[in-house]
Amino acid sequence: MSATFVREQLVAPMEQPRSNVGTPAWLQQKLFGSVLNTVVTIISAVIFAALVWPAIRFMLIDAVWDGSSRVDCLAETVGRPVGACWPFIAAKFAQFMYGFYPAEEVWRINLTYAIGIVLLAPLLIPPVPYKVLNAILFFGVFPVVAFYLLIGGVFGLPHVETRVWGGLLVTLVITFAGIIGALPIGIVLALGRRSSLLLVRWFCVIFIEFWRGVPLITVLFFATYMLPFFLPEAWKLDPLARVLIGVILFAGAYMAEVVRGGLQAIPRGQYEAARALGLGYWKMMAFVVLPQALKLVIPGMVNSFIALFKDTTLVLIVAIFDLLGQLRASFADPNWATPVTLLTGFAFAGMIYFAISFAISRYALYVERRLSTGVAH
Amino acid sequence: MTKTAFYNNPRFRSAFYQLAVLAVVIWFGVEFAINARANLEAQNVRFGFRFLQDPASFGIVQSLIPYGEQDTYGRVFLVGLLNTLLVSALGIVFATILGFIIGLARLSPNWLLARLAGGYVELVRNLPLLFQIMFWYLAVLLALPGPRQSLALGLQPLLLSAADGFAYLQRFGAPDAIAQWWRSLAEWIGPPAIYLNNRGLIMPRAVFGEGSRIVAAAFVIAILAIIGLRAWARRRQQATGAQFPLLWPSLAILVGLPALATLAVGWPVSFDLPQLRGFNFVGGSQVIPEFTALLVALTTYTAAFIAEVVRAGVLAVPKGQTEAAMALGLRRKTTLRLIVVPQAMRVIIPPLTNQYLNLTKNSTLAVAIGYPDLVAVFAGTTLNQTHQAIEIIAITMAVYLVISLVTSLAMNAYNARLRRADRWRA
Amino acid sequence: MKRIVGVLGIALAIGLSGQADAQTLKTVRDRGALICGVSQGLPGFSNPDDKGTWTGLDVDFCRAIAAAIFNDPTKVKFTPLSSKDRFEPLKSSEVDLLSRNTTWTSSRDALFNFAGVIYFDGQGFMVRKALKVNSALELNGASICTQTGTTTELNLGDYFRSNNMKYEVIAFGSADETIKAYESGRCDAFTTDMSQLYSERLKLSNANDHVILPEVISKEPLGPLVRQGDDQWFDVVKWTLFAMLNAEELGVSSKTLDDALKSKQPEIRRMLGVDGTYGEQLGLTRDWVVRIVRHVGNYGEVFERNVGASSKLGISRGINRLWTKGGIQYAPPIR
Repeated sequence: MSATFVREQLVAPMEQPRSNVGTPAWLQQKLFGSVLNTVVTIISAVIFAALVWPAIRFMLIDAVWDGSSRVDCLAETVGRPVGACWPFIAAKFAQFMYGFYPAEEVWRINLTYAIGIVLLAPLLIPPVPYKVLNAILFFGVFPVVAFYLLIGGVFGLPHVETRVWGGLLVTLVITFAGIIGALPIGIVLALGRRSSLLLVRWFCVIFIEFWRGVPLITVLFFATYMLPFFLPEAWKLDPLARVLIGVILFAGAYMAEVVRGGLQAIPRGQYEAARALGLGYWKMMAFVVLPQALKLVIPGMVNSFIALFKDTTLVLIVAIFDLLGQLRASFADPNWATPVTLLTGFAFAGMIYFAISFAISRYALYVERRLSTGVAH
Repeated sequence: MTKTAFYNNPRFRSAFYQLAVLAVVIWFGVEFAINARANLEAQNVRFGFRFLQDPASFGIVQSLIPYGEQDTYGRVFLVGLLNTLLVSALGIVFATILGFIIGLARLSPNWLLARLAGGYVELVRNLPLLFQIMFWYLAVLLALPGPRQSLALGLQPLLLSAADGFAYLQRFGAPDAIAQWWRSLAEWIGPPAIYLNNRGLIMPRAVFGEGSRIVAAAFVIAILAIIGLRAWARRRQQATGAQFPLLWPSLAILVGLPALATLAVGWPVSFDLPQLRGFNFVGGSQVIPEFTALLVALTTYTAAFIAEVVRAGVLAVPKGQTEAAMALGLRRKTTLRLIVVPQAMRVIIPPLTNQYLNLTKNSTLAVAIGYPDLVAVFAGTTLNQTHQAIEIIAITMAVYLVISLVTSLAMNAYNARLRRADRWRA
Repeated sequence: MKRIVGVLGIALAIGLSGQADAQTLKTVRDRGALICGVSQGLPGFSNPDDKGTWTGLDVDFCRAIAAAIFNDPTKVKFTPLSSKDRFEPLKSSEVDLLSRNTTWTSSRDALFNFAGVIYFDGQGFMVRKALKVNSALELNGASICTQTGTTTELNLGDYFRSNNMKYEVIAFGSADETIKAYESGRCDAFTTDMSQLYSERLKLSNANDHVILPEVISKEPLGPLVRQGDDQWFDVVKWTLFAMLNAEELGVSSKTLDDALKSKQPEIRRMLGVDGTYGEQLGLTRDWVVRIVRHVGNYGEVFERNVGASSKLGISRGINRLWTKGGIQYAPPIR
């Protein structure tokens, strides 16, 4: 019996309908599919144009590029509506970047940045080998080197007190010192929170929840006004050190929760296998659990880093001049008082904050995707 | 049998570690107490909470309860706390609305709208909140004109410009009467009573006369009646399957009852209109720009995070759920209401509460722009005048801790309920 | 991990500085520079320019001490301090003296030593000219910007209450924010110490549109202060100020110094170290006043240069005139 009505070859697939491919189809589907869709598109386009066009005009077309004082940025002088007053940024650039760090010593900051980048870049690029050595260098050695480079007082480097530090330097110092200091605290607290020892666990829970429950600004107030009362008379911390203590405790509690997430994600079997091999608690944690858990929480850590980077601005409330603090101080300079000074300053600082924060968050996404696809390092 | 050394005995070790932690904590506590005592003595500060009864003698620009310079620091604390709660509560409401709109816009099939919403989220999330607060305050609100050149907001300017538009149309033969009619309508409406300037937003203040309580009571009764109606309708539907159209009767009750009450007692509300006199507007009620800047910044910032929460929540509902509901013959609206939203909300609510908590904590940034919140008036001015740093910072931290604890307890209860519901269903 | 903790511990510990010691003059000499606590930027009193060079009345006083010790007014390092954190560094010997428009009050004198009054000040108000207000008593109903964390809020409350006036106070955390808010029209008036009003007025883009009202609602004598327990250093600081005042009183300025050195007048000869060893008694050199006046000038010159009528601030001497000219500035004699 032959079933002649059954085809034996597949019919060649038909081409997609013309209305389904190419730009016109995309436009039709995504933008102009229905009346409602079209209306939404038009409204969105208007909003988009209303936001972006003035920004471009302000920052590029109407901007003033050359000048030496406020006069060059006044509409009366220029004879047209003025946008951003970039000479203002040029004049204040050193303060935005370094605060009042002595100009002849600024190379030390730049050198610190250079060392930091050289150590950090290979750490962030997954295929580069020697991760452990690299991490030890970055987290262990680099802070010491950076500390002596920036503070000075040794090897013939003149001492530069932290009071004259400012701008992006302070922002980065607080962020990096905060994260590097928070990491060990966070790991210890996370381990403690999962400990079977009742007192240890309770202590860690209370500690973590306390710092996570209060706003950062009260932590900074605590570090600035309350902490000195609790320390011996002879211990006089400089303001930056006090703020750093507050930031590290605060970030440490958040870091503990990030690390705890990683510890929870490690399957029980790993713990049991380590035990079966005869490893004690510390060896099990150090050689089996933590290496896996920490790798899992890299995106979380990077996100904490971004949060801390943004939160660093709060130090200006306790009179430490980070980038935003320097920006605010520069607004009070009568030599640059123009109607556009404020917006220019906000545009500049906004671009810096956005660029750094956006870049790091994209990196976190990249790592997350890598981890979720299960590609080993 | 080998005898293990006592220090390898797990029970000994556990006791040892715990005692060590305890000892360190106690040691720190004692050390802190001793130092604090010595330092306080050296600075002639007396520890205690008695200062809360001393007169504060400084002014506060915004207060929800009556406050004057002769009031105590305790009252200052209360004023600050209420200001914090006010800005947080309003911020939560607005941020939720904006956040849901943007989160859903990100999921829109319209490419441009989704991109626009995505751009908003990226921009706002990657800029520090304090930066945004200062931007709104210094660059936007303080850049508004002064009281004498206030921007007038209201119907009259709108109607007048409409009238001008029709007057222009006269050239093309439109009858004169239309523009006239708009103009007289504008006159009838009266001059606008809402002004915006760098001193804030100035609005008419409602003065509630006699009988306003009756109207308010009618309103409350209406709401209770609607809740009762819904409960009855649901029970009837469960029993008989018959649906009851809820929307229109509810609206009728909500409008009708207060309207009836108003008819009975007469119009109970009059308005105190602001007038420009001396330095500034007198009368009406004023929303200070510090409050507005803080509220706008908190709302827009938190909304970006809420948008992400909402998006994740909606995406977390498997497509099969919608398809199954459709297959059962549920309408699109019903599918959304009964299938998608409840499941999405379950994912959304815990991180959403977290965002509410963050917003409340972030409201402390008020201190940077002079909004008199708890931190500004209590941990700021009061601390500087009384030097009672330990007490004041402890109280301030305790307030936020209590808020956090209450919220997380509520969250735990909610999660426990969900889990129970899941178990029953399984 | 532990290493990181250790490193941080070291890092923080180095942020600490030593105990107060009783030999500040010797420490300064050994160090080769004076460390002076000043403000974070207050034109006319202590203000850094774009290159970080400090000028102002408080700054020049520090330079005068450096001139007296080293014969070189540039041997000073300036440490900018916020108004809240100004006393800690002095207490912990991070700075040798605080020359930061600080009001002399009993509670502060109980903890430190004030070396005199370099500027007699008081709290006042600044308003826009356009408001046509001539007296603080016309400020009923005004909104007033001020900086929190100082006594100005209290003085303000007292003044308005005792005059039965209403006001609205908007208190900011920093001076920069306060002046910015005032400038943009958030407030009708701005209140702080008179000297600061003149100084902050320079930060306004149209300084001439604003006037400072005549009323002074509090006493704020500003002066340099040092730690307790080092009498020699206290004397050096105190007498540097007195020397500047005496030089003005005796008509010795940086321009007339060379003539004055030839003067026959016994007071001038004593002051300039031509006769007697009064400088050495203080632990300085005989020609200490010569050094001060040559490098920095007398009090009148310093005042005029930094804050006086011919400076940008344009403050009239007022009660800061010498006692011989109707003011209250008075210095004990050098002999």
